[in-house]
Amino acid sequence: MELLIKNGFVYDPINGVDGEKMDIAIKNGKIVKSVRGRRAKKIDASGMTVMPGGVDIHCHIAGSEVNSGRLLRPEDHAKDFERKTTITRSGVGYSIPSTFTTGYRYSRMGYTTLMNPSMPPLEAKHTHEELNDTPMLDKASYPLLGDWWFVLEYLQKGDLKECARYVAWMMDTTKGYAIKIVNPGGLEAWGFGRNVHSIDDQVPGFCITPREIIRGLCKVNKMLNLPHTIHLHTNNLGVPGNYVTTLETMKCVEDLATDNKPVMHITHLQFSSFKGDGWTTMGSAAEEIAKYVNNHSHLTLDMGQVIFTDTTTMTADGPFQYTLYELSGHKWVNHDVETETSTGIVPYHYRRKNYVNATQWSIGLELALLIYDPWKMFMTTDHPNAGPFTAYPKIIAWLISKKARMATLKRTHPKAIKRSLLPSIKRELSLYEIAIVTRAGQAKALGLKDKGHLGVGADADVAVYNVNPEKIDPSRKYKTVRRAFTNAAYTIKDGKVVVKNGEIVQYADGRTIWLDVKTAEQVKVDDEIKRKFKEYWTVEYENYPVADHYLKVSNPITVKASV
Amino acid sequence: MIVLTPLRKFHFPVMAECINPSVFQGKSTDEIAALALWEGNKQKKLGDLFKVEEDKAESPNITINGDAGEVRRIGMGMKDGEIVIHGNAGMHLGAKMTGGKITVHGDVGGWAGAEMKGGVIEIHGNVGDYLASSYRGSSVGMHGGKIIVHGNIGSDAAVSMHGGTIKIYGDAGQFLGFRMRDGTIYVEKDAGTRVGACMAGGKIVVAGFLEEVLPTFTIDSVKPKVKVEETETVSGPFYVFLGDLADNGKGKLFVSKGNNPHLSQYEKFL
Repeated sequence: MELLIKNGFVYDPINGVDGEKMDIAIKNGKIVKSVRGRRAKKIDASGMTVMPGGVDIHCHIAGSEVNSGRLLRPEDHAKDFERKTTITRSGVGYSIPSTFTTGYRYSRMGYTTLMNPSMPPLEAKHTHEELNDTPMLDKASYPLLGDWWFVLEYLQKGDLKECARYVAWMMDTTKGYAIKIVNPGGLEAWGFGRNVHSIDDQVPGFCITPREIIRGLCKVNKMLNLPHTIHLHTNNLGVPGNYVTTLETMKCVEDLATDNKPVMHITHLQFSSFKGDGWTTMGSAAEEIAKYVNNHSHLTLDMGQVIFTDTTTMTADGPFQYTLYELSGHKWVNHDVETETSTGIVPYHYRRKNYVNATQWSIGLELALLIYDPWKMFMTTDHPNAGPFTAYPKIIAWLISKKARMATLKRTHPKAIKRSLLPSIKRELSLYEIAIVTRAGQAKALGLKDKGHLGVGADADVAVYNVNPEKIDPSRKYKTVRRAFTNAAYTIKDGKVVVKNGEIVQYADGRTIWLDVKTAEQVKVDDEIKRKFKEYWTVEYENYPVADHYLKVSNPITVKASV
Repeated sequence: MIVLTPLRKFHFPVMAECINPSVFQGKSTDEIAALALWEGNKQKKLGDLFKVEEDKAESPNITINGDAGEVRRIGMGMKDGEIVIHGNAGMHLGAKMTGGKITVHGDVGGWAGAEMKGGVIEIHGNVGDYLASSYRGSSVGMHGGKIIVHGNIGSDAAVSMHGGTIKIYGDAGQFLGFRMRDGTIYVEKDAGTRVGACMAGGKIVVAGFLEEVLPTFTIDSVKPKVKVEETETVSGPFYVFLGDLADNGKGKLFVSKGNNPHLSQYEKFL
């Protein structure tokens, strides 16, 4: 199957292509130099923008917590449903769409690769079952390892090598992609109704602090040569004044960086950048955070941009969800995942006229605009925590046009308007920078070599949007841009045209990417581990690992570890 | 002005959200007769089930003459206009309506006025369960508007009510005003148990007999009268209870003193 995308304005930041008019040739699901055959199917992209397929570094789309969220919210399904067509299945859900619908909706926006960021290892099978049913996309999951007893025990002993072997074993056992750490120490403490409040608090029941967990796993990550860095949800998330903790967290791994390479990804940064000492005095710490990030190169970050809508928050951060439940008085799911992590789910409506919500909205954009290097700061909503992913085109409009964000800002809470930094920020991202924050940067941070670019040999994941950068000024015609990014003119997945003018035209199964980490010495699954399983878990060891046949389309990436 | 007459007795539920003044507006009788609706699992046309006639006289936008007890979703989501039903009406009558008026001279099924935002529903017969309630999972029931019932109502009325007024001139079932946050409910006769469970705000007035008040309510005072609407005050005296304290609620429950001598034990806490 050959395909030629002709005459589009190509934005391919990894290869330094900035709006050049050129052709993209595709053969057998890969980008090639050229195709000769007359039989090659041609797509006329003249007057359109061509970008690599979108990559989302952080979106909760599958797993037990997402599914519990679906069960919790029948009203979310009643208000948004899709009928079946000859190609697509029916589905429901606005903030937490059902699996197939999630795939279709992402694909319609030109996305092709997703990262499901929190998979309790115990629920890995469930997560992969749902990912198998999420079509049109390549996807991977990050197992939650920051509060796993094995990790805590070995870090406490100072045995990094053994810890690394266990992490490698876990990547294989759960078919995971990166180390996810959520509120290190706090989740373990939450099992006993407590929390940790700074990175130097001791974790109850262990002789260890969050700082040691972060640093330990950061070193483990390097020893294992994992493509992505550690993926961190900070302590004290969503607490006014938490920017101090965030800055300390950023500083604590400063010395571990070598060759200007990032060693840590802090996710949904907006929730970790609050000033003040209470909800009434809560404010934006975007300036402080941005100043630090601009002067250091060991970090990558994503926004967690708030959208004013009714959504469902779900994180492994149980104590934070409890606070949110107390604040909102809404429905609440609380769950303790045995020795591994916890989970909380609370529906939440972000309102324009609420001072805190309006400030949160402003903080997300301030961070994205004040951090000058787009390769560090990526666009996410932490779907569905700060808003559903279907709002991405709105965020693109806010980033690309000051007019767009001022139009939204002036409809928010008066005190939030007064305190917002947005009126003083002139920066407007170009389409090239949008291509970085929505695909190239994320693919690079994830270490996905075949994604996020259109160079020869890359996966043929391409998005074509109906925006003519020669004819329109995105900062003034932001509504046109928003419409274009809502419904991609074409989405090409593995060389197949799957979306045309915002409609699914072909079904495609995505691959499940996971890491096959080769360590010199492997974890021996001996009687000791089996005994621990008997003691700590409700499942036997034999039922725990995700076998290869569990993945519909398996795509292992082999990594050679240095231990 | 359209007059609909059922052509026969319906044995299966009829889903007729098309019976709505804004849908009928600007359509001829033939076009109206061609509107699609479901009877059981069969798709039918309005004209198959109802005789559609035009009445030139000054009359309500839609009149239904006859028993529409199996016809559901009449006036669902209506914005303006008037529907009069001379007979019974089915479930979901006027659900999610934002304006206009519905009058029923007969009995109505469950979920009448569910999640309504505005407008008026007046029912001269009895009503089923879940009057003006929120649908499953939703946290917002009736937000505004007015419902007047001259008969009795079933249980779980006004669940998660956020505003508006409900006046019931008969008896009410259990769990009246469950999770209510705002608005006013007036019951002229008796109310079932667990009135105002989990209520966070708003006002419930029971002028008849109430078997018991939930233990999570605390007595506040005895008042001689209570305002039900801008122009309507009901004279008592009434015991005033505050609750539901289990949910940190600030709702007010007025219970007639004269009709409830067994509640006099609360007076010692005043």
